[in-house]
Amino acid sequence: MSTQAQGAAETPGGPTVELTLRFDGRPLKAAPGQSVGGALAAHGITAWRSTRKGARPRGLFCGIGVCFDCLVTVDGAANQRACLVEVRDGMQIDGSYPQAEGDRQ
Amino acid sequence: MSPGKVGSIMKADVAVVGAGPAGLAAAVAAAEAGALVAVVDAGAQPGGQFWRHRPETVVPEPDGSGHHGWRSYVDLRARFDAARRRGQIIYLPGLQVWMPEKNDAGFTLHTTPAVARARSEDAATNDPAGSGAGNGPAGSGTVVARRLVLCPGGYDRQLPVPGWELPGVMAAGGIQAFLKGNGTLPGRRFVVAGTGPFLLPVAAGIAEAGGQVLAVLESSSPAAWLPHLRAAAGVPEKALEGAEYAAVFARHRIPYRTRSIVTEILGQDRASGVRTAKVDADGRVRPGTEGVYDDVDVVGFGWGFTPQMELPVALGADTRLDADGSLVGIVDERQESSIPGLFLAGEVTGVGGASLAVIEGLTAGAAAARERAADKADASRATRHRRFAEAMHHAHPVPAAWQEWLTPDTTVCRCEEVTASQITEARDTLGARDSRSLKSFTRAGMGWCQGRVCGFAAGCLAAGQRVSASAQSLSDAAKRPLGAPVSIGELASLETDS
Amino acid sequence: MNASSDVLVIGAGVIGAATAYFAAQQGLTVTVLDKGLPASGTSSACEGNILVSDKELGPELELTRYSLAVWHGDLSEHKKLWEFESKGGIIVASRESSLASLHRVMTVQTGYGVAVEELDRDALREAEPHISPEALGGASYREDCQVQPMLVAAHLVRLATEAGVRFLAETPVTGFLRSGDRVTGVRTPRGDFAAGAVVNCTGTWAGELAALAGVNVPVLPRRGFVMVTEPLPPMVHHKVYAAEYIDNVGSSDAGLQGSPVVESTPGGNILIGSTRERVGFDRSVSTSALRLLARNATALFPFLEDVKAIRHYHGFRPYCPDHLPVIGHDDRAPGLWHAAGHEGAGIGLSAGTGKLLAQAIGGQSPDLDLSPFAPARFGSPADPTPAHHEEATA
Ligand SMILES: Cc1cc2nc3c(=O)[nH]c(=O)nc-3n(C[C@H](O)[C@H](O)[C@H](O)COP(=O)(O)OP(=O)(O)OC[C@H]3O[C@@H](n4cnc5c(N)ncnc54)[C@H](O)[C@@H]3O)c2cc1C
Ligand SMILES: Cc1cc2nc3c(=O)[nH]c(=O)nc-3n(C[C@H](O)[C@H](O)[C@H](O)COP(=O)(O)OP(=O)(O)OC[C@H]3O[C@@H](n4cnc5c(N)ncnc54)[C@H](O)[C@@H]3O)c2cc1C
Ligand code: FES
Repeated sequence: MSTQAQGAAETPGGPTVELTLRFDGRPLKAAPGQSVGGALAAHGITAWRSTRKGARPRGLFCGIGVCFDCLVTVDGAANQRACLVEVRDGMQIDGSYPQAEGDRQ
Repeated sequence: MSPGKVGSIMKADVAVVGAGPAGLAAAVAAAEAGALVAVVDAGAQPGGQFWRHRPETVVPEPDGSGHHGWRSYVDLRARFDAARRRGQIIYLPGLQVWMPEKNDAGFTLHTTPAVARARSEDAATNDPAGSGAGNGPAGSGTVVARRLVLCPGGYDRQLPVPGWELPGVMAAGGIQAFLKGNGTLPGRRFVVAGTGPFLLPVAAGIAEAGGQVLAVLESSSPAAWLPHLRAAAGVPEKALEGAEYAAVFARHRIPYRTRSIVTEILGQDRASGVRTAKVDADGRVRPGTEGVYDDVDVVGFGWGFTPQMELPVALGADTRLDADGSLVGIVDERQESSIPGLFLAGEVTGVGGASLAVIEGLTAGAAAARERAADKADASRATRHRRFAEAMHHAHPVPAAWQEWLTPDTTVCRCEEVTASQITEARDTLGARDSRSLKSFTRAGMGWCQGRVCGFAAGCLAAGQRVSASAQSLSDAAKRPLGAPVSIGELASLETDS
Repeated sequence: MNASSDVLVIGAGVIGAATAYFAAQQGLTVTVLDKGLPASGTSSACEGNILVSDKELGPELELTRYSLAVWHGDLSEHKKLWEFESKGGIIVASRESSLASLHRVMTVQTGYGVAVEELDRDALREAEPHISPEALGGASYREDCQVQPMLVAAHLVRLATEAGVRFLAETPVTGFLRSGDRVTGVRTPRGDFAAGAVVNCTGTWAGELAALAGVNVPVLPRRGFVMVTEPLPPMVHHKVYAAEYIDNVGSSDAGLQGSPVVESTPGGNILIGSTRERVGFDRSVSTSALRLLARNATALFPFLEDVKAIRHYHGFRPYCPDHLPVIGHDDRAPGLWHAAGHEGAGIGLSAGTGKLLAQAIGGQSPDLDLSPFAPARFGSPADPTPAHHEEATA
């Protein structure tokens, strides 16, 4: 098992299929069955939400849908929990935290 | 009435909320006793937290690697699927109960989709029973049942730490859920900290998946178990599990440091390291023991678990403080709460692990189906597990002095970004001595998570130094009249009795 | 016996807090007792509107305008403490008939000096870009403002204690000390407290307290639900409510009513208030109330359809059958004063109520005639039929 699925993620025990997402407008590879949070983390993206008061970065915290820190816009639906939503081919994902150049691959 | 349509009402003898160890067991026991059972679960497939596994659409035959008690899951799942094929279990995944109601007919559960549905999915058809998918497309819907078994589980309990709001800091269980659900890790180099035996499977899972665990920091000490060895010996499988973890730790050279804590997470826009220190038995930092781990991408924290109490509290079930300081529901030997017809099983009756959750679920399901009194053998197994859990709570307490770790600008409420000094000021100058007034005056607990994450810590801070939150304060904090966010459009189209 | 004071205030809701604050400003010695923590009653289960637009002409409007002057005058230095916002209110009419009645109301209000301005279709959309396409027009009230009510009560108590007022939480009043007819103090589990003036500021509990003194003050509960949305970027800029709201406020109908009041808060959440129903102190969640709020709100602002509610709460408005508060000395029980029954306007009216009452207790003639609010209007001999209380706090 790989520590961090890169690009065309392995799907242990399953077929190796590749999906393409658009995250903040740029294409991103993902593997079927990943959560949106899982797919973003696989690309080293750990923050996608900006807090209201301090404009601080946030990403996954509880991992199970309890904390709402991982909120993201999915196909236009605002405030979805990235840890719960499963990726789909062509999914549009928009965060509110500006991505630094270093995060881009 | 076709099941699962938007606005539809589904009728059953027994409704079960949750499809984790407790919920699966309750559903199976009730169905096997002849009841028609509706199971509502926020998850997309059965398993709950403990038996979370990769989507069955991608990995249809999970082998259970990285899981304990997987045989128990496979058995329950086979019985669950069989009952679905017989038409005795209606399975409604992907739905969150946002409000339970008690009425003359029994109980009504109002639900809402856990994730927004893609437009393409709206036209989806029923999946065959036996697949991980449920009975039809899950719009919001209503379940009406004569009796109700609540098995909503819990989540990692958190204490605020300077810097814990940085990306890269996660709940220990969240790291594990990430791994179990995605099959990958959220980073490469990990530090796991907090207290309790649950830190062990988290660290072992990371190491087995190829991640590097720089250290596990446990605030308590192994000596804390000494007074409780008899209770521990009552559940030999736990000792076996412990031995397995010890082997994994040895194989991967994972340092396990007791009486140690993370005092600060370092980093600008994400976690990059941690400061650590040794503590005394009360959790006070011992000067001169400070250390640093650099180059960390993920820090996992867990201080035991918080049972998800809003549904039992909303229905008015009697509660108490458990040995770990958590608010839990009071039940009798049949798992029935103070509300007739309302049964509770799993973490909501006291954090005790998956094996106990299964036993409680079986008892609750059978009792809800009005089949029988609690099974004698089950009852004595449950007692041994509960003793073990109590010993565990005593051996791994939340350190009494934890409030001293905070700096004035440490974030306590992550959602509303309320700091420790704002909270202590509201306590000292405005008289906010419980979580309810604290919420009114500072907004701590008013955000998206409605105090699920900060509720325990905020309740303790309001009570004062070295005092834990009272049952009343925790119960006020657990009053969440909406158990999940629900769209105003859905509320506008609610079916009501009047 | 505890030390005696000039004034003893029962209740640390917004009314008691304001009364204590202004009594201390008068140089009186003051003790405040509450059975719970500060702001643990209706003042923490409401909204913080300070409205001119919805008031009945007459004493209520006079008290409202006096209060506004106090908010902007005596209390202006503390505005920031309680998130005071002069954001203005807009009443929206979506039917020709309600637009016509709105215009009639505006004409009368203008005659009474209320600052109201007509908004035509376009002006309404400029003020509230997300308003429903159905909305025909509206009226803008720039005097309407908003506070965070819990912070008002808590900070007024704090400021009062800093000015020497003694405040005791968790000290329920269980009876009155008498000397003949006269009320000379109160009984509590922490002992007796003597005072020259005892002020009943116990909101929905005021009838119960009055009964302990043998007088009838018929304050009843009127339940209201409020819904809170997820935090959003600014979408709603004023307090926006429907023209029918005005009719509901003065109604005594027991059935469920609700006209939408939609407003954003500094936290970004939108508050959708509030229903009005007379169901005693019933705390069970009413799905019909939630549905009504949701329907009314989406009718005003269709975008709310997809917005999520994250919580709701309810409180009990303390109201009198004639919909006027009870403020002043109770001639039936000398030494006893009341300030209660402010119904759905107690937050806004607190500033004026507190100041006027303090003037009266201090022996001055109050800036505004309090006789329309006199407790003795409920008659003597005393006929104490207090409101029934099943539960303690909101
Ligand atoms: C993230 C995480 C990881 C864990 N990992 C381990 C581990 O490795 N080893 C170990 O021994 N213990 C672990 N635990 C503890 C273990 O989960 C529990 O002991 C056990 O799962 C309890 O079972 P349960 O059935 O009570 O609850 P859970 O397994 O938590 O199941 C509860 C189910 O109810 C659903 N639910 C909750 N609220 C609602 C609602 N309002 N509407 C609909 N559905 C709802 C949840 O989505 C979930 O599917 C973990 C706990 C967590 C939180
Ligand atoms: C849903 C809703 C929305 C509202 N919206 C608005 C609005 O937008 N604007 C507005 O101006 N108003 C509004 N109101 C009305 C407003 O909340 C009330 O008029 C106001 O809070 C009343 O304040 P109070 O101090 O009289 O009562 P409370 O806040 O109830 O205070 C009474 C206090 O007395 C104490 N007490 C009771 N009995 C005893 C005893 N025996 N001994 C000691 N202490 C005792 C209680 O503990 C309590 O703290 C709303 C009300 C509701 C329910
Ligand atoms: S990480 Fe907590 S809700 Fe997604």
